Amino acid sequence: MKHRTFFWFFLPTGLAMILFIALPLVSIVTQSIFAPHESVFETVENCGPFGCKEETVINQEATRALREEKPLGRFVGFDVYLDRGHIAVAEVGEAWSSTQSWGDFFGKLGNLPLYRALAFTLTYTFVVTPLLIILGLVVALAVNSLHKRLKGLVIFFSLLPMIVTPLIGALILFWMIDSRGILGQFISYMADDPDLSLKASTPLMWISLMVYGVWHSAPFAFVVFYAGLQTLPQDQLEAAQIDGASRYQQVRYVIVPHLMPLLTFVALIKLMDNFRVFEEIVGFSAEAHATSLSWIIFNDLSGETWQLSAASATSVLTIIGVAILLSPVLVRTWRDFKGKT
Amino acid sequence: MILKKFALAGAMTVLASTTALADGHGCSIEARVSIVGNEFPAIQTVGAGAQACSGAEVTTNLTADHQKINLAGMQGNPAEYTSAIIANSSIVALMNEDVIRPLDDLVAKHGADLKKNQLITIDGKVMAVAFMANAQHLVYRSDILEQAGLEPPKTYEDMLTAAQMIREKGLMENPVGGAYKAGWNLAQEFNNMFLGYGGSHFEAGTANPTINSEAGVQALEMMKALSEYMNPDFLTHDSNVTNGEFRAGNVAIMNMWGSRAATLTEAEGVPQEVIDGFAIAGPMTVGGGDTPASTLWWDGWTVAKNISDAEAEATFIALTSAIDPSILSDAEVAKQAVWLIDGYEPTPAAVGVFDAANASTIPYPMLPFMGLMHTALGAELADFMQGKESAEQALKDVEAAYIAAAKEKGFL
Repeated sequence: MKHRTFFWFFLPTGLAMILFIALPLVSIVTQSIFAPHESVFETVENCGPFGCKEETVINQEATRALREEKPLGRFVGFDVYLDRGHIAVAEVGEAWSSTQSWGDFFGKLGNLPLYRALAFTLTYTFVVTPLLIILGLVVALAVNSLHKRLKGLVIFFSLLPMIVTPLIGALILFWMIDSRGILGQFISYMADDPDLSLKASTPLMWISLMVYGVWHSAPFAFVVFYAGLQTLPQDQLEAAQIDGASRYQQVRYVIVPHLMPLLTFVALIKLMDNFRVFEEIVGFSAEAHATSLSWIIFNDLSGETWQLSAASATSVLTIIGVAILLSPVLVRTWRDFKGKT
Repeated sequence: MILKKFALAGAMTVLASTTALADGHGCSIEARVSIVGNEFPAIQTVGAGAQACSGAEVTTNLTADHQKINLAGMQGNPAEYTSAIIANSSIVALMNEDVIRPLDDLVAKHGADLKKNQLITIDGKVMAVAFMANAQHLVYRSDILEQAGLEPPKTYEDMLTAAQMIREKGLMENPVGGAYKAGWNLAQEFNNMFLGYGGSHFEAGTANPTINSEAGVQALEMMKALSEYMNPDFLTHDSNVTNGEFRAGNVAIMNMWGSRAATLTEAEGVPQEVIDGFAIAGPMTVGGGDTPASTLWWDGWTVAKNISDAEAEATFIALTSAIDPSILSDAEVAKQAVWLIDGYEPTPAAVGVFDAANASTIPYPMLPFMGLMHTALGAELADFMQGKESAEQALKDVEAAYIAAAKEKGFL
C-alpha cells in the first residue's frame, strides 16, 4: 500500500486512538504524579440546627492562591505509587525485616490493600481463564456435533450468560447463594451445617466469584471456537480417522492445533478482562472478602472525598500489570509475525 | 446535521424526563434552576416543590449516586447544577473545592420565612439551608420483647442481653439487625459506637487521627459482640437489606435511620405481627456513657458559586418555596422526615430523631478530612469483623490507610 493511501486509510483510526487511548493515558499518568496542594486550615465557628461548634475548615483564599499559581497541584513524583495504598515500600520493608517465615511475611503483605487485591486478582485470572477456555471448547465441540435443527436454539441458550448484563447476572447468583436463597440452603443442607453461609466465608466467596466468572465468559470462548470449528479441514480429520485416531486424539492432534490462533486470541482478551475483575465484586458485595485493582479505583472515587491521584496511580499500575501478563503472548505473536516475513 | 439531531434528541429526553413546567403556586423565577441530590422521599418532595415554580426551567437529577456527580457538575464555569442537596457529611466535599456560594444576601432578600436554626453558618457566612434532621436510633419489635419479658433496651449492653434472651427462648435465631456492610455502612456504625464510648476521631485542630485508642478498641469489641446475634451475612447487609430482614420478621432490635423508620412497615407483604409490633425509641448509649452511640445529621440545599447572580437568586427562590411551611399541610409530606421547617409538629415516627437531638447526640463531624477517615474505616474494619485480626491491628491499619490518603490530599 502506498504511504499516502495508508495515511488516509489509517487517519480516522489513528485519531480515535489518540483521543480515546493516548490522551487518557497521558492524563492518568499526570494525575498520578501530581497531588492536591497542602491545605491551609483555620478554625472557625460553625452553626446549624444542632448548635454551634468550633471546627476546622480549609481557608479558601490561601488555598486558591496556591492553586492559581500551580493549577496542576504539587509535584510528588512517585510518592503516591510508593505509599501504603499502593506499592507500600516502607510497609513491605518493615514486614520483611520483622518476620521470620514466608507465611508471616505474606500474612503481613495481605494486610496491605494493593497486595490483598493482587492476591485475589491473580488467583481469579489464572483460575478463571484456563477453565473458561476449556469449558468454551467443550461446549463448542458439543454444539458442533448436534443435529442442524437443534443448533440454533442451543447456541442461543449457550450465549445467554454473556448477554445478561454482568451486574445483573452477578446479582441473580448473589441472591441464589444468600443463606436464605435456593443455592445457599442447598449447600448448607448438603454440608449438614445450618449456620454455613457462603457470603460469610472468604474461601467460599472466592469460589463463588470464580464460578460466576467462568459462567459469564465461557460463551465468549464458545462463540470464537465454534466459528473456528466451521473452518476445520475435513480431509485432515478423515485422514486421522482412517489412521484410527480416537475422538480424544482427533481433538488433541487435529482440532486444537487448528484452533491454536483462536485459543491465543481468547486467552489474550480474557487475561486482560479477568485482570480487571470488578462487576462481580460489586454485585456480590464481596469487598469484605475479595478486592481487585479495579475495585480499589472505584473505592478511591466513591468516598465523600475523591482521591484522584490514588485512583490514577492504581490505574497506571493496572495497565502495567496487564502489560506484564500479556507479554509472553505478545512476544510469541511478534515472533510468529517476524517468522512469516 | 447528525450532531444537531443528537443534541435535539438529548434535549427532548431531558425535557420529557425531568422538567415540569407547572403553573406554580405563587413562586415565579427568571433564570434556570438545576438541582442534584439524593432520592429519598423527603428530597423528592423538595425537588417537586422547586419544579412547581413558573417562569423558567427547573430540572432535577435526584439519584443515590448524587455524590459522584455533584462536585463535577458544580466545578465547571458556568456550573451545570445551580444547587446540590447535601447533608452535613457531604457539604464538606463542596466546601473543600470552593464550589458553593455564601447566601447571606439572598437570605436577607428572600429568606424571611427561614428559621435561624435552619441556616448553616460557617465562619459567620450562611453556606446552606437545612430542611430536615436525621439520626440513627432504636427500632424494635414490641411483641417479641414482651414475649421475652424485656423492656426496650436503653444501652447496647441491654441490647446484647435482650438478644441472648430472645435467642435462648427460641423466638428468633438472629434477633439483632445492623447495617454492617463493609464500606460506608460499617464505618458509620463504628463512628456511632466510637462517639458513644467518648472517642474523638482527630486531635483537636489538626488532621492527626486518634482512633487507635481505648474507645476504638471498645467500640470494635461491642460491634463484634453484636454481630454474633446477626445474620451471618451481615457484612453484605446495607440499611436496605437490614430493613428487609426486619420486614420479613427476622429481626427484633436494630439501630436504624430515622428517615427510613417512618415508612419501614409500609411495604407490600409485611406480616401483620411485624406491622403491629413495630416500635421506635431514641438511640442507645454504650459503656455507661451519657452520649448516645449515634450521630445527628441534617439535610439541606446549597447554591453553586460558578453561576450568574440571576440563576443563584432563582435557585434560592425556588428552593425556599419548596420548603415553605405550607407543604406540611399534606399529612404524607409531614411524615416523610423530621422537618426543620417552621410549624412542624413531630409525628410518632419522629420520636427517635427527637430523642437523639434532646439527648445531645454528637453531630456527624463536619471536617475536611472526615470523608477520608470514613473511607479508611470502611475498607479496613472488615478484617476484624471476620476475626482475621485483632482490634488494635485493625485500628492501626485504619490510621495508616487514612494517613496515606490524607498526605496525598495535602491534609497532613
